[in-house]
Amino acid sequence: MLSNLSQNTTNEKWEPKIVAFFCNWCTYTAADLAGVSRLKHAPNARIIRVMCSGRVDPQFILDAFAKGADGVLIGGCHPGDCHYMEGNYKALRRMRLLHRMMYDMGIEKDRFRLEWISASEGEKVRTVINDMVEKIRALGPLGLPKRFVEWDKEMESFEERVLGKEEAVHA
Amino acid sequence: MPDKPKVAFYWCASCGGCEESIVDLAEGILDVVAAVDIVMWPVAMDFKKSDVAAMPDGSILVAMINGAIRTSEQEEMAKLLRRKSKIVIAYGSCAHTGGIPGLANQFSREQILNYVYEQTPSTVNPEKTRPELKFGTNGDSVTLPVFFDGVRSLDQVVEVEYYLPGCPPTPKLLSQAIEVLLSGKLPPKGAVLAPDIALCDECPKKDTKPNDLQFTEFKRAHWAQIDPAKCLLAQGFICMGPATRGGCGGQCISGNMPCTGCFGPTSRVKDQGAKILSALASQILAKNETEIDATLGTIADPIGTFYRYGLPASLLRRKINEETKANA
Repeated sequence: MLSNLSQNTTNEKWEPKIVAFFCNWCTYTAADLAGVSRLKHAPNARIIRVMCSGRVDPQFILDAFAKGADGVLIGGCHPGDCHYMEGNYKALRRMRLLHRMMYDMGIEKDRFRLEWISASEGEKVRTVINDMVEKIRALGPLGLPKRFVEWDKEMESFEERVLGKEEAVHA
Repeated sequence: MPDKPKVAFYWCASCGGCEESIVDLAEGILDVVAAVDIVMWPVAMDFKKSDVAAMPDGSILVAMINGAIRTSEQEEMAKLLRRKSKIVIAYGSCAHTGGIPGLANQFSREQILNYVYEQTPSTVNPEKTRPELKFGTNGDSVTLPVFFDGVRSLDQVVEVEYYLPGCPPTPKLLSQAIEVLLSGKLPPKGAVLAPDIALCDECPKKDTKPNDLQFTEFKRAHWAQIDPAKCLLAQGFICMGPATRGGCGGQCISGNMPCTGCFGPTSRVKDQGAKILSALASQILAKNETEIDATLGTIADPIGTFYRYGLPASLLRRKINEETKANA
C-alpha cells in the first residue's frame, strides 16, 4: 500500500494524501461507525488497521512521509481505555518526541496528528479527518519522493560530465 | 608467480580515523601486505589517480572506501574505483550511513557557505568572497570540486558490495573481513561484515538492565557520576545500545561511556534514529503530556543524538528547508 503512495504525485490536481493508522479496538471501530452512520468526510485518508496505537513504530510514520504521504494520522483509545493497558501511553510518549524531531527536520507540525477516538465517536473521525485535510491543503504537498529525485540531480548532471570526459580520454 | 590480489584504500569526507584503524592492525598489516598488492592508499603511499585510471576495469579485487560523499571529487573517485574494482566496501560509519559529516544534512549548501565565509566570529571577509570552481592567475587556471548541496553515504552514489561499520571499524573486524575476502567464500551482497545483533546483546552490563526503564529524565554523560557496574540506560543516560549493531566489543561501554551508535542499525531496522526514539520514549514513566514533555525536554538535540552517524541513510535523509522546498 505504501509503495502506491509515490505514484500519482505529478500535480494534475493535487489532493492531500493522509496515511491513517487506526487502532482496532477504538478508532477503527469508530471509522466503521462513521461509515454505517453515513457520515460524509473527505476521502483523503488511507486507513491502515493496527491492533493498537502502541504498535505504530515511528519508522512507519517516517516511511509514509518518505514514500509520498502529505500527512499521517494516528488514532487510538482514550487514556485509560487501552485494550492492552499501556499501548496508547507508549504511543503518546513516542509521538511527542517524534513530532518535535520531525519539526526539526522541516516537516510542519500540522502534517502529523495523534487523536484519541473511542469506538462510539464516529463524528470525531469525521471532524478530525476533515480538519486535517483542510490544514494540509493549506500547507500544500510535502512530496518527498519528488524531492529525493531533485536532490540527486546534482549528481546525475555531474555523472554526465565525468563520463563524457573519460570517454574523451579513452578515445 | 601469479599476481597477488590488488587492494585499494581511499578516503572521502572523513577525519582520517578510518586510515588510522587500518594501521591499528599493527604487525598484522605485514600479513596483509604479504598477501595483497596495495595499488592506492593516498594517506600512506604515492600512487596517483592516473595509475588507477590506467588499470583495466575490474582488476582491483577490493576497494575499501571510507568517508561520506560531499564533493564532486569524492564522487568521481568513488566512481573510478567502482569501475576498477570487483568488490567495493563502504569502510566506516561515514561511507556506511553518512557519519558525522552527514549531520550537515540539517543545513543547505547556502547556509553552510554563508556561515563559514561570512558569519563565523573569526571571519574577516568584507567583500563576501566565496570559493570559485575555476580561478585563473598568471595564465594558469586552478579548479575546485563542486560542493554538493547534501552529504551522501557511499551506496547512495555507487553500488556497494559490503559494509564495515564503525567509527572507526575495529582492527578485529577488518582482519576478519580481509580473511573472508581472500578465502573467496564471499557473504551475500549487501552484507554488513559484523554480527547482526544489538549491542545490548553483548554488553558487559546487560544483566543490570531492568525490563522497564521508567525514565524521569535523560542525563548527559558529563552531568553525573556514572556507576561502572550498572546499565547506563538504567542510570538515565542515553545509550544507543538497543538500536545499534554490536560487534565493537562494547569498547565505549567498557570505558564507561554510553554508546553513540556508530555501528548503525541491525538488518531488521531501517531507521536507527526512529528506533532508538521509540525505545527510549516508550519507557518514560509519565503518562500525561506535560510531564512527558518535561522528561523529553532533557534531550537537548534529538537529531544529533539519534542520527549522529546516520542522517543521510535515514528515511528522511535530510532536513527539508526553505531552499529544498523551493526546488520541489
